[in-house]
Amino acid sequence: MIKTHARELAVATTIALLAAVLATTTQGYFSHENLTDLFLANVPVIVIALGMTLIILTGEIDISVGSSFAVCSILMGVCARAGIPDLASGLIAILAGALCGALNGALVAYLRIPSIVVTLATMVALRDGLRWLTQGSWIGGLPAGFQYFGMGQIGYTAITATIVVVLIAAVATSLRWLRAGRAIFATGSNKAAARIVGINTERVVFSVFTLTGALTGLAAMLNAVRFNQIPSNSGLGLEMKVIAAVAVGGAAITGGSGTISGTVLGVALLGMIGPALTFSGVSAYWEKAIQGGIILAAVTANVLGRMRRRNAALAG
Amino acid sequence: MLSARSITKSYAGVRALKGVTLELLPGEVHALIGENGAGKSTLTKIITGAVRADSGILEVHGQPVEENSPAVSQSLGIAAIYQQPSIFPHLTVAENIALALENGTSAWRVNWKERRTRAAELIARLGDSIDPQRQASTLSMAEQQIVEIAKAVGAQAKILLMDEPTALLSDREVDNLFRLVAQLRAEGVAMVYISHRLEEILSIADRITVLRDGESIACREAAGVSRAELIELMVGRSIASVFPKREVPIGEVALEVRSLTNATAGVKDISFTVRKGEIFGLAGLVGSGRTELARTLFGLTPIDTPILIEGQPHTISSPADAIQLGLGYLPEDRRQHGVILEMSVAKNISMANLAEVAPNGLIDIAKEDTLAEGYVRDLRIKTASIDAPTGTLSGGNQQKVALARWLAIHPRVMILDEPTQGVDVGSKSEIHELIMQLAERGLAVVMISSELPEILGMCDRIGVMHQGRLAGILSRAEATQQTIMHLAFGHKEAAA
Repeated sequence: MIKTHARELAVATTIALLAAVLATTTQGYFSHENLTDLFLANVPVIVIALGMTLIILTGEIDISVGSSFAVCSILMGVCARAGIPDLASGLIAILAGALCGALNGALVAYLRIPSIVVTLATMVALRDGLRWLTQGSWIGGLPAGFQYFGMGQIGYTAITATIVVVLIAAVATSLRWLRAGRAIFATGSNKAAARIVGINTERVVFSVFTLTGALTGLAAMLNAVRFNQIPSNSGLGLEMKVIAAVAVGGAAITGGSGTISGTVLGVALLGMIGPALTFSGVSAYWEKAIQGGIILAAVTANVLGRMRRRNAALAG
Repeated sequence: MLSARSITKSYAGVRALKGVTLELLPGEVHALIGENGAGKSTLTKIITGAVRADSGILEVHGQPVEENSPAVSQSLGIAAIYQQPSIFPHLTVAENIALALENGTSAWRVNWKERRTRAAELIARLGDSIDPQRQASTLSMAEQQIVEIAKAVGAQAKILLMDEPTALLSDREVDNLFRLVAQLRAEGVAMVYISHRLEEILSIADRITVLRDGESIACREAAGVSRAELIELMVGRSIASVFPKREVPIGEVALEVRSLTNATAGVKDISFTVRKGEIFGLAGLVGSGRTELARTLFGLTPIDTPILIEGQPHTISSPADAIQLGLGYLPEDRRQHGVILEMSVAKNISMANLAEVAPNGLIDIAKEDTLAEGYVRDLRIKTASIDAPTGTLSGGNQQKVALARWLAIHPRVMILDEPTQGVDVGSKSEIHELIMQLAERGLAVVMISSELPEILGMCDRIGVMHQGRLAGILSRAEATQQTIMHLAFGHKEAAA
C-alpha cells in the first residue's frame, strides 16, 4: 500500500513541511482570507487538471486549455452583457469549451495527428483569434448580478467548493469503478492491446479531450464571476500550471499511470508556493523558477522510480 | 576458445545462476537450451559483459577475463545477435554496419563510398544481396538478422552468441540462416546457439548444454541424443507424449468463411469451416497472411463480407462486435498486443468481459478478484498475487493470463495466434492441454502456428496459406511436414 502510493505520500509530506515552515515563519498565511484567496485562485487549475489527468493517462496532452479558457471567459462575459442569465451564459461557456476540446480530440483521435502539434496549433489560433476579435480590450460593463452569481462572496465560495469536491470525487471514482476508467488506463498503457479487447481507443481519446474542454469552460465560468471585468488575456500560462500539477502528482507523461489524488496534491503544492514566497518576502519573480525546479524534481523522481522497478522486474 | 566455469549470479537475492559451466570449442555450434528462467539469458549477458557474475571464472582464448564489460568482450571478439535485431531503422544498411564497426574511431570525415563497398562486401560474403543503400526499416526480419551477422563478421568475431535468432523467421529464412551458420563454423567461429526449437537444435548443433534452474545439467553430443531425452533433461521429468491430443466429438459448424477477400489486409478468396470441438490449424510461412486473416475475422481490419457464426451471417466491423458474437483472439506477440504489462493480473483477466464484473455499470472489484483467482487457480498461473503487474510474470504465465482473459468471455470460437511462441517447454505443454480442453468443451479453435510439430500434433484439419490465399486444407491423416511445406511454398500439384 505504502509502495503504491509513494508519490502521493512524498507530495503530501512536502506540503506538510512547507506548511510547517510557513506557519512558524510568516504572519497571516493561514488566515481565513488568504486560504480562501488561495483556493479561489486555484479553482481553474484543479478543475482543468482533473481532465488533463485523463488526457495524460491516455498518453496524450492538451496545451490549448489556457487559450480555450480565455475564449470561454470572454464568451461568458459577452453573453452576460447581452442580458443572458449567468447560468445560461455559463452553459454556453461550457459548450464552447467542449467544442474546442472536441475539435482537438477529433484531430488527435481520428486523424492521428500528434496531440502536441494539434493543441499547439489550437493554442495559438484561439489565443490570437481572440486577441484580434477583442482588440485586446477587456469585457467590462457587466450586469449587477454577475459578480459571484449575485450570491455574495461567501455563498459563491461555498458553491464553488462544493462543485470542486464533487468533481474530484466523481472523476476519481469513475476512474476506479467505471468501465470507461479502465478503458482510459488500457488505452494509455498499450493501444494495440486495448483495441483487441474491444475498446474503441479513438472514442476514448476523443472523449477525454471533449470532457477536458467542458471542464475548461466550467473553470472559466467559475473564475469569470470573481471580478467585474474579464481580461482578454485570461488563462495565460494556465496550461503549464495544469500540466505541471499533473506531472508533480506522479502521472506518467507517457500514459497509463497516474492518480487523481496525486493531481489534487500536485495542484495544492504548486498553488501554495507562489503566495508563500510573497509572504516570506521573497521576490515573486522566483515563483516560476521554483515551480520549475519542483517539476523537474518530481519528474526525475518518477523516472528513477520506474527504472528501479524495471531493474527489479528484470532481476526477478 | 571460451570457458565459463562455476558461474553464479544473484539478482536481489534470487539465484539466477548457481554454478554454470560452459565450454566452447573453435568451430563448434554449441546449443544452450532450457526452460524460460533456466538462466540462458543471464549467462549470455555475463559473457557479453552486460552483467557481472558474482563468482566463477570466465576464460577467453585461455586468458582469464577479470573485469568484463561490453567493450572488453567486443575487443575479445565476442558478438551477440538477439531475437529482436538491434537496428537503427532510419539509417541505411551501410550506416548500420559502419556504426558497429567504426565505433570509437576518430575520423572526422565520413567516407561514404568506403562504407558502402565495405557493407556490400560483407553482405556478399554471407551470400546475400541486400542493397547497402536501403533504409533499415524496410528490411524484413530475416534481412535484419543478416545485417546483424554482417556486423559480427565485419568485427571479426570469433565467438558469436545467438539468442533465439529464428523466433521471427519463416522456414525458408531459417534454412538460409543455417547455411550462414555452417559457413561461419567452417571458418572456425565458435557459436552459442539458444533456441526453444529442438528440431532446429538437433539439426544444427554439435554439442548441447542443458540448463535447468540456474545449473548446467548436462552437456551432450548432438549426434547421440533424442528430442525426448532433451526435454526430459530440461524439465527434469519425462513427458510421455508431447502433445495431449485426444479425440473429441465434432459438432455443428461454428465458424464459416465464404470467399473472404480483404484487400487492405492482403488476404484473398478464403473459404473454410470450423466445427465445434475441432482444432483447425493455420500453417504457412511468415507473411503468408495467417495473422492478417485472424485480424480480419476479429474486426481489426474490417470488411463488409459477412462471416457465418453458427450458421448466422454477421458483419464484424470491430473487435467489440467479435467479442459480442463469442469470438476470442489471442494475438501473437504477447508483449505488444496481448497483455497490458503495467496492469494487474486481475485487471488483465477481466478486461475483455468487464460487463460480467460490472453488472450495473460499476465494476464490482470483489467479483473481479474472484474471477481472477478462479482462472489463476484453474490455469495454474504462477504469480505473487492477482494484484501484481502482469509484466512481473514469466512469459508462459503472461500467456496464460492472456488466455484467461479470452476464456472469461465464454467464447464459441477461439482464434489463437502463435499461442506458444517464446514460451518455455513446461508452460507450452500446459497451454497445449488447455487448448485441448477448450475443444473438449465444444469450442471451435483456430490455431495459427509456425511450428509444424505443434500444428501436426494438435490439429484436426490444417489450412495452409500461401501469399494471402488458402493453398489447401489437409486432414489429420494427410498432413505431414512435407505436404504442409509443399502447399506453403505454393506447389499445388505435389500435395494433391
